[in-house]
Amino acid sequence: MNRFSEFMLPPQKSTLAEHTDALFNFVNVTSIILLTGITIAIIYFAWKYRRRSENDVTPVITHNNKLEITWSVIPLILVMIVFGWGLNGYMQLTTPPADAYEIRVVGKSWLWEFHYETGFVSVNELHVPVNRPVKLVMSSDDVLHSFYIPDFRVKMDVLPNRYTSLWFEATEIGESVIFCTEYCGTAHSNMLATAHVHSADDFITWLETAGSADDSLPPAELGEQLVVRNACNTCHSSDGARLVGPTFQGLWMAEREMQDGEIIIADENYIRESILDPNARITAGYQPVMPSYAGTLNDRQIDAIIEYIKTIQ
Amino acid sequence: MATNEATSNVKRIQVRRFKPEEFPEKHYLNEEKGIWAWMTTVDHKKIGLMYLASITFFFFIAGVLAILLRTELLTPARSFMDADVYNQVFTLHGAIMIFFFLIPSVPAVLGNFVLPMQLGAKDVAFPRLNLASFYIYVIGALFTFFAIFTGGVDTGWTFYTPYSATTGGNVMAMTFGVFILGFSSILTGLNFIVTIHKMRSPGITWNRLPLNLWGLYATSIIQILATPVLAITLLLLTMERLLSIGIFDPALGGDPVLYQHFFWFYSHPAVYIMIVPGFGIISEVISTFSRKVIFGYWAIALSSLAIAFIGFLVWGHHMFTAGQSSLANMVFSFLTFLVGIPTGIKIFNWLATMYKGSIDMKAPMLYAMVFLFLFTIGGFTGIMLGALSVDIHLHDTYYVVAHFHYVMMGGMVMAFFAGLHYWWPKMFGKMYSEFWARIACAILFIGFNMTFLPQFVMGAQGMPRRYFNYIDQFQSFHVFSTIGAYVMSVAFLIMAAYLLHSLLKGKRAPSNPWGSRALEWQSSSPPPLHNFHHVPVIINGPYDYHKPMSEFQLGIAASHNGHHHHGEEAVTVDKSEKEQA
Repeated sequence: MNRFSEFMLPPQKSTLAEHTDALFNFVNVTSIILLTGITIAIIYFAWKYRRRSENDVTPVITHNNKLEITWSVIPLILVMIVFGWGLNGYMQLTTPPADAYEIRVVGKSWLWEFHYETGFVSVNELHVPVNRPVKLVMSSDDVLHSFYIPDFRVKMDVLPNRYTSLWFEATEIGESVIFCTEYCGTAHSNMLATAHVHSADDFITWLETAGSADDSLPPAELGEQLVVRNACNTCHSSDGARLVGPTFQGLWMAEREMQDGEIIIADENYIRESILDPNARITAGYQPVMPSYAGTLNDRQIDAIIEYIKTIQ
Repeated sequence: MATNEATSNVKRIQVRRFKPEEFPEKHYLNEEKGIWAWMTTVDHKKIGLMYLASITFFFFIAGVLAILLRTELLTPARSFMDADVYNQVFTLHGAIMIFFFLIPSVPAVLGNFVLPMQLGAKDVAFPRLNLASFYIYVIGALFTFFAIFTGGVDTGWTFYTPYSATTGGNVMAMTFGVFILGFSSILTGLNFIVTIHKMRSPGITWNRLPLNLWGLYATSIIQILATPVLAITLLLLTMERLLSIGIFDPALGGDPVLYQHFFWFYSHPAVYIMIVPGFGIISEVISTFSRKVIFGYWAIALSSLAIAFIGFLVWGHHMFTAGQSSLANMVFSFLTFLVGIPTGIKIFNWLATMYKGSIDMKAPMLYAMVFLFLFTIGGFTGIMLGALSVDIHLHDTYYVVAHFHYVMMGGMVMAFFAGLHYWWPKMFGKMYSEFWARIACAILFIGFNMTFLPQFVMGAQGMPRRYFNYIDQFQSFHVFSTIGAYVMSVAFLIMAAYLLHSLLKGKRAPSNPWGSRALEWQSSSPPPLHNFHHVPVIINGPYDYHKPMSEFQLGIAASHNGHHHHGEEAVTVDKSEKEQA
């Protein structure tokens, strides 16, 4: 049983995973027993009552009330058990403890932003403490997304016009993958993030020092890191490859043709505008799909990215 | 025989036996000739065949798209197509399979062909409307092709807002195509309901109605009631896009979850439009090839209606993670489990029909048994997905993909193949190779399970659906699944080959190769243009295998066409004018 469960499901890394898995296993085991019975009956009947001659006479059995009530009531009882069990788990999944640690989540095509109480914003990296309930308050900047951590057995759609939330309590220090599970376009399958679960002390240390390590880096190196951390590289390559957006290679001071025919020089002001108000001017041949990074990147970080772009000619 | 002669509303009619003519020279396929005769025909059988040609074409297109998808998924990153192309391909695979193949398959093809024959009628109630439905279907299809060639569609077959409102491509043409298609579906449903009510031959009371017709009747009700909601939804979507009226788009003050409610209010019942007529076929096939009275006639008939009714109230189970209230989720989950019960009852009834039967494992029966196995898996995994807490984990993963392929392909498509092989001799007057039909069925069964069983596992492990790239840990499952898809395509090639061979060089089929008691088999193969040369009179149920064949070939003695046949006996039957409902 355990090995079957381990094969079918991701590792249990939240307090609620066990409840969900138990029901998953219950339904599987019951189904397999019933399916085996039905399959054996099909094969046995097909063999035992195979046609022996064209003149075979079959009995007239039109119905059997006792039998029919039995095979209606027993499944009904079984599904009602599953219903109650599932509802019970769902109520736990949707009722966060009052003292849950809150993190704001913003979904954008195609990245996840995590806003912490200190004002620090991380992209595609969720940091949470272990053994402490965490509540995510989520919204989308554009289309529908869905926030899914298989290891925690939690999922919730992220909508543009309202807040949704989910909560979990991680039980193991380590990393878990986060998927977007509501189809959102070209790079939907690249909208991944990682949940980092820290010990309580490590989390506090991380929160206090988050971002400050950047201060000691030279701007171009910091820019290179920021491009990865903020998922710029999901859509913009550094090696000339054409992705969803234009490549960074050779961008600096190049003459660019915009969609409306305007020719611009890719200088500091253009790059800054493209980060904060991406749809103001669109390079010819590309779609206006980039989300704004206003509020996500501060001025110093934007400077660093510009410095980095300067280096990749 | 009816024995209520004491009542006043009984009239006596003279009947005699009409044995179907074997290997007729004139039949519906050759009585009118030429392309124009086909295009303007109001004959339900020919319209059925035209639908068959169309859905075969669409099944082929969407099948090729599926092979492209599976091939792309052999590697975790790009294999041979771009993400945008992939997104268009999976959208078209889903949209074409559902709107152009699954929804019209059983009702429009097999229903059109068989329904009037099972009633002993010359045609459906509104033959011209029936032809109009076909052309509406064709126009809808043209719009879809227009959409594909003018930018394509990459929204997924669900057209969820706000993505569908913001993406490029020609979403409007596609939704308009589906909008038009809906009318085809509505008109077919309407036609069937009227035909079943008004055109039953003498003696076909509601409790002698073949279960296939109960299935089609339930389906038609859903088609008429649910399809307009899809039309309304797509119209609102169009108005929002063209006139900027905020309905679904939050930027205009609309609500995207409202769209999902509208969409699933149609699309969940649409699942039953696809599967319920399949149930009807399975009932016919299992009874015929077990040569035994169907077990629990009323349980099967009423469970179809129950499914049709409860099916209207469970749409919210597609939205457990969408942000609807916990109370709504609870109610939808509860109702979802209720709809599972009548489905389970059917499975047990079919099994009980096989018990002590005389089972002939011909191709249609083999497909029916494959259906029983695969559809049961589809049903159990549906129970899994109906459980709230588990669905939170499984929603929008490959588990769901595997589940609906087990229901739609393992259930509905297998039922369609069972029906196609069952009625093929009646449709074309030709037999197919039984040997190759069984081989193809076996390969299809193996390929199907190879394709979709691994998808349950990777879905439960967390692999989201509609993913172009995926993380490496899922690759072995994807590769296995893709190989399964290739195996399935081999089965389809074999099937195409032996069916084509049957059409061109097949042995001529007798009028009733399976020894069925059903009315459509008491006419020639292929049937005459007007199905019967007489007005059939029914005194037994369609599954009364304990009654002699002579009691199933009765017709009104004074029929004007009666001189074609040699009457062997004359029987007097009491017929009550008011049928007992």
